Amino acid sequence: MKKTFTMLAVAALTAAAAAPAMADLVVPNLSYRTGPFAAGGIPYADGFNDYFTLLNERDGGIGGEKVQVPECETAYNTEKGVECYEATKGTGALVYNPLSTGITYQLIPKVSADGIPLYTPGYGRTSAANGKVFEWVFNYPANYWDGASVAVKHLLEMNGGDLNGKKVALLYHNSAYGKEPIRTLQELAKKHGFTLAELPIDSPGQEQKSQWLQVRRDKPDYVLFWGWGVMNSVAIQEAANIRFPMENFIGIWWSGSENDVMPAGDGANGYKSLTMHGVGMDYPVYADLKKYVYDAGKASGAGDQEGSVIYSRGMYAAMVIAEAIRKAQEIHGTAAVNAKQVRDGFEQLEITEARMAELGLPNFGQPFAASCADHGGPGAAMIQQWDAAAKKWNLVTPFIAPDDEVLVPLVMEDSAAFAAENKITERCN
Amino acid sequence: MPEQLLYAMEVSLNGLMAGIMYALVALGFVLIFKASGIFNYAQGVLALFAALTLVGLQQGQVPFAHVINAIFGTDLHHFGWQLPGLVAIALTALVMVGLAILIERLILKHLVNQAPIILFMATIGLAYFLEGLGDVMWGADIKKLDVGLPQGISEMIDTFTFNLFGYGFFIDRLDIVAAVVATALVAALTAFSQYTKYGRALRAVADDHQAALSVGISLRFVWVLVWSIAGFVALVAGIMWGSKSGVQFSLSLIALKALPVLMLGGFTSIPGAIVGGLIIGMGEKLFEFFAGPMIGGATENWFAYVLALVFLVFRPQGLFGERIIERV
Amino acid sequence: MFYREAGEFKTSYVDDSQTFPIKFDRMRYYAVLVIGFGIIPFVINDYWANAVFVPFLIYAIAAIGLNILTGYCGQVSLGTGGFMAVGAYACYKLMTAFPGMPILVDVLLAGAVTAGVGVLFGLPSLRIKGFYLAVATLAAQFFLVWLFNKVPWFYNYSASGQITAPERTMFGIAVTGANTPAWAKYLFCAVVLFLLAWLARNLTRGTVGRKWMAIRDMDIAAEIIGVNPLTTKLSAFAVSSFFIGVAGALFFAVYLGAAEVGEAFGIQKSFLILFMVIIGGLGSLFGSFAGAAFLVLLPVLLKNVLVEGMGWPTDLAAHVELMIVGALIIVFLILEPHGLAQLWRVAKEKLRLWPFPH
Repeated sequence: MKKTFTMLAVAALTAAAAAPAMADLVVPNLSYRTGPFAAGGIPYADGFNDYFTLLNERDGGIGGEKVQVPECETAYNTEKGVECYEATKGTGALVYNPLSTGITYQLIPKVSADGIPLYTPGYGRTSAANGKVFEWVFNYPANYWDGASVAVKHLLEMNGGDLNGKKVALLYHNSAYGKEPIRTLQELAKKHGFTLAELPIDSPGQEQKSQWLQVRRDKPDYVLFWGWGVMNSVAIQEAANIRFPMENFIGIWWSGSENDVMPAGDGANGYKSLTMHGVGMDYPVYADLKKYVYDAGKASGAGDQEGSVIYSRGMYAAMVIAEAIRKAQEIHGTAAVNAKQVRDGFEQLEITEARMAELGLPNFGQPFAASCADHGGPGAAMIQQWDAAAKKWNLVTPFIAPDDEVLVPLVMEDSAAFAAENKITERCN
Repeated sequence: MPEQLLYAMEVSLNGLMAGIMYALVALGFVLIFKASGIFNYAQGVLALFAALTLVGLQQGQVPFAHVINAIFGTDLHHFGWQLPGLVAIALTALVMVGLAILIERLILKHLVNQAPIILFMATIGLAYFLEGLGDVMWGADIKKLDVGLPQGISEMIDTFTFNLFGYGFFIDRLDIVAAVVATALVAALTAFSQYTKYGRALRAVADDHQAALSVGISLRFVWVLVWSIAGFVALVAGIMWGSKSGVQFSLSLIALKALPVLMLGGFTSIPGAIVGGLIIGMGEKLFEFFAGPMIGGATENWFAYVLALVFLVFRPQGLFGERIIERV
Repeated sequence: MFYREAGEFKTSYVDDSQTFPIKFDRMRYYAVLVIGFGIIPFVINDYWANAVFVPFLIYAIAAIGLNILTGYCGQVSLGTGGFMAVGAYACYKLMTAFPGMPILVDVLLAGAVTAGVGVLFGLPSLRIKGFYLAVATLAAQFFLVWLFNKVPWFYNYSASGQITAPERTMFGIAVTGANTPAWAKYLFCAVVLFLLAWLARNLTRGTVGRKWMAIRDMDIAAEIIGVNPLTTKLSAFAVSSFFIGVAGALFFAVYLGAAEVGEAFGIQKSFLILFMVIIGGLGSLFGSFAGAAFLVLLPVLLKNVLVEGMGWPTDLAAHVELMIVGALIIVFLILEPHGLAQLWRVAKEKLRLWPFPH
């Protein structure tokens, strides 16, 4: 251990000491531009960065304070995620957004102990929606269980409100992420009388032949899909191969990007996925982005992801974080807010239609208002459908609200278990 | 015919096809192990690197564009050409030969006569390096590989079996192409090693390095040769898997699917790789299809290894491996 | 000059057979202990603990474990990740089933459970050898990961299959859970590592270790001179798995705090630890430390230098980091094929003759 080790340690120390002290608002971007899920990580990180660059260039930051977005590479690996968290938290980080369910689970206890908010839009631990237990975690506007419920509601709509006797298969990434919706779907299956078949696919999911042969044999009426990374494109390709009717194949919002459908070509036509925000470049904010960011040569990454689905999602997350910081500045009357104050901002955040229009993103997401108890938002999502000829996603439904009658008890049950395990007393009473 | 039997037939056929895809990767391992006793951990990464290079050349991507842009602030992406698939494949094969020469010059030359575990470790280093290099050269985003291979259900087999059994079998046309290519590849490799001068040199080196050296066979040339061939096999595997799932990092993980195949077929047998692939492919698919739903699914990974393990307990050198003779 | 046997007079067998017969070595060893236990815990912060020291200590335990099996007994294993998972899940079940039990007992029992599982999967080693065995142990790796992923009992029926370590204390100070101070994490792992390394050192130079090495060097010859391959190989699997299980328990409970089996204990982990052992040096305890340090510290170091020092984009830095690690492995090999430990040995030989090498 001795000599090499000390030598390395000294060198690493000097490197760590060289890290600049940051006085501005710091929003670390734990991204992954390498590893098996880089295809999703790159556009998300680019959208996230570009939005903050826009705020800095156009408005001089938030409330006059520049925003710094130090990026740290996690490669979707929990250990590197922890390393990134520890490396950045000392710089005055205000909020974390790791884009990985695994890293989120890791960080929940840590952020709670360190007092830094964790914002996980559309991923992470679903029961964190219960703010009474999870003081530091926010996952509005929607979570996995909302997604599952919205997908089932869409199926109900397609069937005139009756799913009795229908067969639904859930094809999922065999990990914490993919297993999230199972419990909800089981409850919904009971309620609506459909049968649920669960088909796991091991990560990374390049080989799915047996799963799709099972689909072919069992002929489910609908396939719901929780995939990420290469699993998405392979699944869509295989579905096209066995000529599964694509309009009956519905993915979660992480399985609905251009990268996923393009490889299957025309075969992907009609594939549906959930989305919790608008896509494409028909928003006024892009005029500003073009002027201040893209044309100024300040675009993040290769600058070729603009307007894609995951890019929009990164931008959406950045927008919500920026608004929460603004809210915190408003509440506490200071521009240089700290992590604790930003938490208050998250908790009292209200995103209205008017505000989104003001930001150049009219109708981009659903309006919502958070509260002490509600960290999960309304949970509504839209369905988008792929048009292979035009190579674009079309929204086919308005926002569909989830079935809270089923979800709320599940959230309560899971968060109560967490509270009991960790001896947390409920807040907000 | 009873339905279950039809399903079983369909799944077996698909398993055989998948097995050939595994065998394609396993072939690369066998070639290098046979000729030099190296367990080449980098074989999967080699396939990834080949596929990345192929896509890059075909699309006219500027290599190292990312680095150049980061250093000089330029905005390079593409040369603006599109090469036909075959030309790109030929060029990539040349790149793989160049890579083989470099590997021999820079690594293997210095490690002649070392223990197998040390050579194994050198390939670990190589795997790390190539993985980084591939990403730096061509970028880490997912790429579509299209060299004009057919994809999707084979209508012919579908209608044929439908007329025969009243149930159309699903066979992917890409898998059929892979099977044909793999068969051709094995035939060519066998012919090469049996009937050509260099093939005989290769076998001589495989039997005994020192004896081969003493009759005037250039060890270094044979190593370059065998790594070039392995690089070419990796390219073929990369094309097949890349057309199936796009080219990105996970492609290097297909090496893991090849390991049980190797175990079963023996590390030193080319036909063994094919037969092992067929057994593994069919076994794991049948198990997942029939037993999977009962025990929770996603069994393919471990079942392949357990199947191979059971075989090994009865035949420790694999199905076609050379008999292990131990002397004190 | 100062590093040599000359001038050291041993007057008892105990003195003669001690681990560090040379005084300078002994002093160095005590110095490391003083720094490790007396200084680092007082100056360590969260970043250094979580990014550098705790993973290094835990990987060192796992590397020692694998080195016993691979380096000393010659059985190549790629099931390390799976065995770490056994340790982690055993620890989790023990922690949640018996909340009052001291955490150290949980960790050691987790190691014992893993030892049992290790023996079970070690049985094929009696028939299968070399790389065939390495690939056969992958069956354990994949099967165990699948098992912990599929059977809800192992993760107490939680919705997503994640396990989270509840808070446990030792002497009133949290050792697991989010409120653990950095120094407590470090010290807990350091103490466990010290005890296990001491155990490993003494096992490997005693009868057991000599049997292992006899089997490694030539199993048939060893059998002829009366070494029982069954008990020897299985004891190596048991001891090795015990170490790896303890490492897995610490990895989950102290370091990560929450884990998901496929992510934290996947096949990558098996390879990583094997790389540590080979790069460090087979059959050398120092090699286990050096290998763990190399593969834990180097990426962190490179990342800091490239991203923070030189301001490169993170993805480029990550790729270049891979290239540098790969190139360094190859360069080290060409310079010294027997791992970092051999470099260390050569350095010591040189030092012994210094400054008059002739």
